[in-house]
Amino acid sequence: MPEYTLRIRRYNPETGAAPYWDNYTVELESHRSVLEGILQVKDRFDASIGVRCSCRAAICGSCGMTINGKAGLACHTHLSEAMARSKDGTIHVEPLGNMPVIKDLIVDMDAVHWKKINRVSPWLISGDIPEREHIVSRESMVDVTQPMACIQCGSCVGDCLAMEADPDFIGPAALAKAYRFVGDPRDVQHEQRLKDLADDPSGLYTCTHCFKCIEACPKGVAPMNQIMRLRRIAGQDHHIEDANNGERHEQAFVVLLEKYGLLDELAVVPRSYGGNGITAGKFSPKTAEQGLSSLSFLGKAVLRGKIKVSTAIRPHRLEASALAEVKKIYQDVKGREERLELNLYITGYDEDGDPQTAPAEKEGATA
Amino acid sequence: MPSHDVLIIGAGLAGQRAALEAAKAGASVAILSKVHPVRSHSVAAAGGINAAVKVTDSWESHAYDTVKGSDFLGDQDAIEVMCREAPGEVLHLEHIGVTFHRDETGQMDARAFGGASAKRTFYVADITGQAILHVLYEQLTKYSDQIDKYEEWFSTSLIVNEDGSCGGCIARDIRTGQMEVFNAKSTILANGGAGQIFKPTTNALICTADGMAQAYDIGAELMDMEMIQYHPTCLVSNGFLITEGARGEGAHLINGNGERFMSKYAPNKLELASRDVVSRAEQTEINEGRGAGPNKDGIYLDITVVPKKRVHEALREIVNIGKDFSGVDITKEPILIRPGQHYIMGGVRTDVDGQVPNVPGLYAAGEVACVSVHGGNRLGANSLLDTLIFGKRSGAHAAARASDISMPQAPTSRLEVDRKKLDKIIGRERTGRRISEIKDELGTTMNKNCAVYRTEENLQEQLEIVRRLKEEAKTAAIDDKGTIFNQDVLGALELEYMTKTAETIVLGAIERKESRGAQSRADFPDRDDENFLKHFTFHQGDGGPVLGEAPITFTKWEPEVRSY
Repeated sequence: MPEYTLRIRRYNPETGAAPYWDNYTVELESHRSVLEGILQVKDRFDASIGVRCSCRAAICGSCGMTINGKAGLACHTHLSEAMARSKDGTIHVEPLGNMPVIKDLIVDMDAVHWKKINRVSPWLISGDIPEREHIVSRESMVDVTQPMACIQCGSCVGDCLAMEADPDFIGPAALAKAYRFVGDPRDVQHEQRLKDLADDPSGLYTCTHCFKCIEACPKGVAPMNQIMRLRRIAGQDHHIEDANNGERHEQAFVVLLEKYGLLDELAVVPRSYGGNGITAGKFSPKTAEQGLSSLSFLGKAVLRGKIKVSTAIRPHRLEASALAEVKKIYQDVKGREERLELNLYITGYDEDGDPQTAPAEKEGATA
Repeated sequence: MPSHDVLIIGAGLAGQRAALEAAKAGASVAILSKVHPVRSHSVAAAGGINAAVKVTDSWESHAYDTVKGSDFLGDQDAIEVMCREAPGEVLHLEHIGVTFHRDETGQMDARAFGGASAKRTFYVADITGQAILHVLYEQLTKYSDQIDKYEEWFSTSLIVNEDGSCGGCIARDIRTGQMEVFNAKSTILANGGAGQIFKPTTNALICTADGMAQAYDIGAELMDMEMIQYHPTCLVSNGFLITEGARGEGAHLINGNGERFMSKYAPNKLELASRDVVSRAEQTEINEGRGAGPNKDGIYLDITVVPKKRVHEALREIVNIGKDFSGVDITKEPILIRPGQHYIMGGVRTDVDGQVPNVPGLYAAGEVACVSVHGGNRLGANSLLDTLIFGKRSGAHAAARASDISMPQAPTSRLEVDRKKLDKIIGRERTGRRISEIKDELGTTMNKNCAVYRTEENLQEQLEIVRRLKEEAKTAAIDDKGTIFNQDVLGALELEYMTKTAETIVLGAIERKESRGAQSRADFPDRDDENFLKHFTFHQGDGGPVLGEAPITFTKWEPEVRSY
């Protein structure tokens, strides 16, 4: 039986001592979970280790924690998988990030996770109640089943980089929960929900697309995908102009890429604030204001070598043949009758080329 | 100290449904649970919920299937109530937001399930319990003005008023170690089953018979305790559950010789016979040397016959379970399963309003209770229904009762009793065995001696073991001497609850010298209606459990030969 060393972050608020690490050796087959390892430690050596766990099968969402630098469910992380990420031959087990620690591996979910969930009015707001069931399309219910698959384990919140920078950020779990209602045809407050999220200074447009939540999520909810869908619905379907210029900022990207095939950072800012009109926003008072306030930020970026003045002022254009390919993609996407969205429940995992899944559905990922 | 009209202990489907109904009736409500409500074990229910919603179906047909599934041990008045109210409840769930799967016309779709004569299992992929639990929690959040939530509070005992009625509970805030008296006019137990008495089990680590043992401690009867359901499809590698929905969608069971053997045992329903029938068939194949797998101790569940697209949209969770916990891609190859402990049909005896007969003010609903709608064997997808219907009814009745009586006030000395008990456990000298060792012995021996097939000899052996472990539990060693999130001391309490409850399970199995439903006595292979068409009950006497009997209520359906 293989042996693994679990290095568990300990913290007991009653002792007044700082957090410390305890090492334990467990004997388990490599496909057993990190949780089974922790439970073996508790059973054999020290039952005082604080850890929330219940189902052991990745459905109750109790055992979210950070394992060798990545958030996830301990019951859903094989020992071998955790070891593959190890830098020192041990498995480091710590509480989730972005949340205060209560004891050992237990964090205060109420103070962060649930507080954020409550910001999205997390219940269905329906109109008239029919005598029997609401008649809604099969696809729509399968579609919201993806965010419904969220078990509120907090892994995405624990690894969210935007939340590290802005602790007020509503976060990936709450936004996925919001999509559960915005995507539900029975809910009658789609627009209001989206407006609230768009106007929240730490809301819909604070996500920086880092993909961490998609990697952390043990249930395939892909919170970031749900965030992008909320943005598309807010901007394209409801034309919500948010106070944070999030929607216009995205449109600036879309227009510039279609036009030139490459992103022109200097052009993005004015368009984001002044719009994509003929004057391209350059003369909008808001652009000037934003330009001035960004000067120190830009200056720092130049000083630290993040921006090279020489390349920044050079025109950003692809050569003609490549640009034609980009334009072709735009035509394809715009030519569709409906916007295609990726949903795992509909498309399944596509790594082995499921013959029953129409290829068009998969392309939806880029739409 | 908190005082409420209605106190609910446990926040799974039964508890949350009770809370919402009691609040709707205008009662002040507290819902208290040792885990956050969405961690409750209802979350693991996969396949669906039964109801005769379709116009082509009838509640009578659902009721008959349930009666037959129970092997005529279920109380037919209660079964009628459950099946009659089922369609309204499922539609209510749809109205408040459950994302039930739709057919091409946009109406709710139903799948086939074991022991059912019509497709009446409504579902959300294979996460039905999770979807319903999270939607009820959404509602709990919506009505947070009327419902006080005590999340991560552990009930340590029930309070008995001077007149013998129940007046709430004592509970410990797990986060701080602080203990409180919860006064209540009506108290509803909704804290689930007892699966951790067995090892392996599909049940979560929190399913430790808390409610059964606490009710038993204050004079409630435990009924039908011998009726333990073994689910036919649990992973050989670790006991995890593969939903009955897999067979509902058409999956086959294949033995070690490559034969689809269910035709021998249930020529009409095949894989979709009642769970007790399928589990027995599998166990017989294994016992007679026709098992599959390297140790010939399993059976193959072949899901590859189900179209792949259908698997992805309707059985997604078990694709993940197969991949993550067994290393098998169920869309490509069969997976090795066998029967595993899954559910207890027995529990705290109640009437159809959840009232515990001999403890006024105490109610029970869900797996902790025995109404009895499941009798000797529960049909798949009837448990979610049971939790919701009897949770709702308990909530309504408990609220109505509360409007007529005054608030009981437990003396502070009552709090001290529990505080001292816990302090004593925490302060124990380290002389006994570890909790984990005792629990492991309890689970593995129960699973050996009190499983699919039982004999007098095995059961007597198990009774001795359980009685010894019950004593050992009293001195089990404690590592954690702290107050904040001391899970160790709660584990010691849970071990007491489990050993106490296990004793009644074994005694019930010894007493029922026949084979009915989940109780299969190798030494009494036939059903014996003449002598055993009745419930067995146990209540706590001075010298241990005292056996009693309760009649079965018949309304429309006389016992008949049960074949599928």
